[in-house]
Amino acid sequence: MALPKPPKPKAPGLLKGLGVTLNTLAQTVKPKKLGGGAQTVQYPHEKETPPIRARGVIALREDNCTVCMLCARSCPDWCIFIEGHKDLAPPRRAGGAPRKVNKLDRFDIDFALCMYCGICVEVCPFDALFWSPEYEYSEPHIADLLHDKSKLGEWMETVPAAPDLEAGAEKKKGK
Amino acid sequence: MLSLDLLPHSLTLATVLIILLKVVVIFVLGLVGTMLMVWFERKVISGMQNRIGPNKAGPWGLLQTLADGVKLFFKEDLIPDKSDRFVFKMAPFLAFVPAFLVWSVIPLGGDFSGGRDGSFSMFGHRTWMQLADPPIGILLVLALSSIAVYGVMLAGWSSGSKYPLLGSVRASAQMISYEAALGLSLAAVILVSGTLSTHGIVLGQSSVSRWSVIATGLLPFIVFMIAATAELNRPPFDLVEAESELVSGFNTEYSSIRFALFYLAEFMNTITMSGIIVTLFFGGPQPVRFDIGSLHVDPNLHLGVLSGTVWFLLKLLVFLYIYVWLRATLPRLRYDQLMNLGWKLLIPVALWWFIVLAALRIGDERTPRWNKGVVLAIGAAVFIAGATLLVVANGVARRNREREGAMF
Repeated sequence: MALPKPPKPKAPGLLKGLGVTLNTLAQTVKPKKLGGGAQTVQYPHEKETPPIRARGVIALREDNCTVCMLCARSCPDWCIFIEGHKDLAPPRRAGGAPRKVNKLDRFDIDFALCMYCGICVEVCPFDALFWSPEYEYSEPHIADLLHDKSKLGEWMETVPAAPDLEAGAEKKKGK
Repeated sequence: MLSLDLLPHSLTLATVLIILLKVVVIFVLGLVGTMLMVWFERKVISGMQNRIGPNKAGPWGLLQTLADGVKLFFKEDLIPDKSDRFVFKMAPFLAFVPAFLVWSVIPLGGDFSGGRDGSFSMFGHRTWMQLADPPIGILLVLALSSIAVYGVMLAGWSSGSKYPLLGSVRASAQMISYEAALGLSLAAVILVSGTLSTHGIVLGQSSVSRWSVIATGLLPFIVFMIAATAELNRPPFDLVEAESELVSGFNTEYSSIRFALFYLAEFMNTITMSGIIVTLFFGGPQPVRFDIGSLHVDPNLHLGVLSGTVWFLLKLLVFLYIYVWLRATLPRLRYDQLMNLGWKLLIPVALWWFIVLAALRIGDERTPRWNKGVVLAIGAAVFIAGATLLVVANGVARRNREREGAMF
């Protein structure tokens, strides 16, 4: 029943721990110029730049959306609201039949419900949804957290450019 | 005896005024000190966790506690349905009032430079920078800290809720068992100084070599320090609050100003306990005076009456820092570890050292003096025998428990 005894440390654990805390204190008190300072930032006055793939807000490229509803159905929180209608577009070739396309009427994401899982971004087959690292969109009124498609479209400006493809992952020309 | 010639038979308007003035000053000093202590603790601990800490309210966030206090005043005062209303309301005061009363017997200052006794003149009366100097001084501290246990215990019991109840059960067991170690280590100091009065204890420690921490050996001090941390319910002995197990322990059901009183009492106790450590072991408001062999150092701050207070605050600050440091460093002990440490280590060691000190003193008073070496050797032999017995008993107990299937 007896548990195996851990190896004896060189310095007593108590003194070692006290040393660690004291070092951290010295590090924090040391001015920023000398490589010290706290890890935290004073938010409204100084801002951290979020990492490029941070999940700040979801942006929508409306042209790519085909109203397939995959995102709305895969959303665990049911926070995506989509409405659309069928429309006729001019034929591709002269004399052809007019094409039937889906037009997006409404695309809302309720960020009060969203849990930032990113499944909608993953599941979208037409690259219409993107993550943006932008995070400053809190509202005094909770209803204002429902972003409609024009607002979601504006977030597209904040989406960072896609990173370069890996070597050998280029799409082959011709086919 | 309140102080020097402030005796009851000479009770005049001036003496009453002096006492009232001292009461007010000490009350204000206590509150301001507690306020600064909360700020100090938060600031230091945040530094040790690599963050900034309070820095918005006032310069360097000094007024943070004031802001928190104002906020707590305006919070809703909740009393749970199942609580015992009278006891529930009384408990915060039982915690808070003893915390304040301990201040009254701690010598807070006075001019001790050049061998003076720290008294100063006020309205033509000689008096000390200490509210009261009862002949039982240090016993009063022990008594008050025992009463403070009731505040914590009754708060948990009267809340009518399970977590506070568990917290209060722990509080009563922990604080009562550590009080024994506290008292025993304190007895060693009293034995050496020969007086219970706090002022007398301070007067006896005129130079570093006569500080109790050296005169009584380091042992009582270490035991006192550990037992005091447990008595204060500070980390690593904060089982009474134990956020990760008991929500907030005994004060879970408290809100608003009643909670603030507990919070204040906790920090107040930290200050007063540090003050008691300084008084008992480090010469209180006495300057740090060396008088070893040919080495004579007698620093004089040339601040007159205030110099004692400055020394006291400097010494106090060291211990406040140590308390915060320990809090930032050590994880909380398990309940059985806490009890093991208290009953199987601190109390036997403190008791043994007390007996050895007593034997040495008796030996000094006998006409053919006892040989100190022999006394110490017998003491060591008794210690080894006792320790062996204790270790063997522990081993047997552990084996029995393991046979019954207990893990620890």
